[in-house]
Amino acid sequence: MYDLQAAVTQAIGLVAAGDPTLAQIVLLSLRVSLTAVLLAALVGLPLGALLAVARFPGRGAVVAFLNALMGLPPVVAGLLIYLLLSRAGPLGSLGLLFTPTAMVIAQAVLVAPILAALTRQVLEGMWEEYAEQLRSFGAGPARAVPTLLWDGRFALLTVLLAGFGRASAEVGAVMIVGGNIEGFTRVMTTAIALETSKGDLPLALALGLVLMAIVLAVNALAQGLRERGLRLA
Amino acid sequence: MRAPDAILPLRAEGLGFRAGGVAVLQDVSFTLAAGPPTLILGPNGAGKSVLLRLLHGLLAPSAGRVAWDGPAPDPRRHQAMVFQRPVLLRRSVLANLRYPLFLAGLDRAEQDARAAEALALVGLEALADRPARRLSGGEQQRLALARAAALRPEVLFLDEPCASLDPAATGAVEQIIQALAARGTKLVMTTHDLAQARRLAGEIAFLHRGRLLEHGPAARFFASPETGEAAAFLRGELIW
Amino acid sequence: MLRRLLLLALLASPLPLAAQDRTITVASTTSTEQSGLFGHILPIFTRETGITVRVVALGTGQALDVGRRGDADVVFVHDRVAEQRFVAEGHGVARQHVMFNDFVIVGPEAEPAGIAGSRDTAAALKRIAESRAPFISRGDRSGTHAAELRLWQQAGVDPLAGRGAWYREIGQGMGPTLNTAAAQGAYAMTDRGTWLSFRNRQGLRVVVEGDVRLFNQYGVMLVNPQRHPHVKQADGQRFIDWIVSRAGQAAIAGYRINGEQLFFPNAAQPEPVS
Repeated sequence: MYDLQAAVTQAIGLVAAGDPTLAQIVLLSLRVSLTAVLLAALVGLPLGALLAVARFPGRGAVVAFLNALMGLPPVVAGLLIYLLLSRAGPLGSLGLLFTPTAMVIAQAVLVAPILAALTRQVLEGMWEEYAEQLRSFGAGPARAVPTLLWDGRFALLTVLLAGFGRASAEVGAVMIVGGNIEGFTRVMTTAIALETSKGDLPLALALGLVLMAIVLAVNALAQGLRERGLRLA
Repeated sequence: MRAPDAILPLRAEGLGFRAGGVAVLQDVSFTLAAGPPTLILGPNGAGKSVLLRLLHGLLAPSAGRVAWDGPAPDPRRHQAMVFQRPVLLRRSVLANLRYPLFLAGLDRAEQDARAAEALALVGLEALADRPARRLSGGEQQRLALARAAALRPEVLFLDEPCASLDPAATGAVEQIIQALAARGTKLVMTTHDLAQARRLAGEIAFLHRGRLLEHGPAARFFASPETGEAAAFLRGELIW
Repeated sequence: MLRRLLLLALLASPLPLAAQDRTITVASTTSTEQSGLFGHILPIFTRETGITVRVVALGTGQALDVGRRGDADVVFVHDRVAEQRFVAEGHGVARQHVMFNDFVIVGPEAEPAGIAGSRDTAAALKRIAESRAPFISRGDRSGTHAAELRLWQQAGVDPLAGRGAWYREIGQGMGPTLNTAAAQGAYAMTDRGTWLSFRNRQGLRVVVEGDVRLFNQYGVMLVNPQRHPHVKQADGQRFIDWIVSRAGQAAIAGYRINGEQLFFPNAAQPEPVS
């Protein structure tokens, strides 16, 4: 197909030329999504681990709620953050709307439930295996949380990747809270949306190919870490 | 008796345990004192593992109670347990040894000293940096024993520690168990292997269908069991 | 290894937490952004004043909403009626005319309504409705959408009667509207700037242009600093003053695509449209 061929050629050209605008967009995308995943991990991983070990009334409801949040449409998350951060909203005085920080917040909100839900799934099996032994050592659920997180670190790498995939691929939330401002809040996905709407399909596709290459590279890196780790532990 | 941090003697008073409406243990009472290993014998399903877990505090009894009559204020700190299938952390052999010592509040130097001693006890010095879960089944169980031993417990519970092992590995594990007993650790161990019980036991507790039928010196138990069930079990007739 | 990954993420995150001092946010329309006008004139403004402009490009209705919430310092849009209401309600001050461009009606090669070459928008729209030829509408409360609805009214046609059949509202920006029209062989109304920079035309071409009713007036205004104290009044006003100044107007006139001028500055003159 003509467009696809043109896109591949253009993508290679863009990367080969080291286009500074493209580099800036790529770097911002990575910065925003990695920071968002990091923030989400600080909340989501311990929360998921806690849900894996804790037994309390209403736990089933919390787990179901988290699983449902995994499907939260980015546009809805974006709209909620928009209303919170807007000058007319409760956090308006911070002046964060249309900044990269707002995009980080929106993506973190999208990703945290995913990390928590997947972490719970991964660690629940491990906890079933560990529970008696840890209790024999005198470790309660609070102590078990860091132990499970550490022992599950290589499995959790896959969980983090799922979060990063979601963050770097979404466009709805960052478009709304970032505003797609050129040179400031324009990331890969919003740039792709913009070029599509301008009818420059080859350029949009080229950017898409670059995005896929980056996500692929991050995945390969994590996969390498995981395999090395599994050999060692 | 080791005062003032001794936890023995251990007293079980009318212990009962129900799971899903079924009585797994009923009215089990006995006293364990320091001394040679106590082997809990009985056919499959007699309630041996549940009894061990009740004594160690992993399960709460439905009836009766477990009392540690020694002067030590915190009995939990002076006991350890090894399971039929060793539960090893996804870490190196050394890190597995350090983990409970760290939880016990020992400093790093003490952790290392005890870990080294425990590795020597079980003959795994060369494997200290290996991932624990890559060890063979026998090595894994020896590591689990070393990890428990490093805690220097007064009482060590062993739940069928050789049930999943081949004869050679079983021999190695029994050797370690005997070394621990010689060191003065009180061993409380379940088994359904009569030959093993004869090799290790100082005294026998015989469980059948959730009831404690006999409790006394091993020599007497093997020579002249008091109940028909025990006699049948010793003849190899009582499978259930 | 995990720690190294986390470290990497940390190192990568010295985000600018707050906007720098000499930066203003302008809520504007997709037509101005996508036509490339801002890319041409903003560097000139920044060079002259040291003020950086961040443009959030939305439909006119959304852009006014952003201003209403106080999330921009300046609003730069093209829907006179809505702008006047915005000012009357106290959301904006110091509204000024800036420039105009014009709309064109584009249609497919096959031309089922047979209106090519017409300069009479009302008659052309009537023909489209009568022949029930597909027409793609923005349907997104944008300035272009508002202008389109006014033109239907002037033609005496209620396009909503053809909703779901030949009249198709997609609720999206100008680009997606043109993409859809190209894909469906439909008519659409677009501003000339977006049309000229639009690449994915397939068979689409201009069929109606040059009608005075197709002129499209742009206005600029400051978000009311009395209502929103954080509005960067001085720098926002500086932008407004510049864009209606001789220098700003010249910059607008100087923007061309393939030699064709897209926007016609008229800050000093009476408006060409009612």
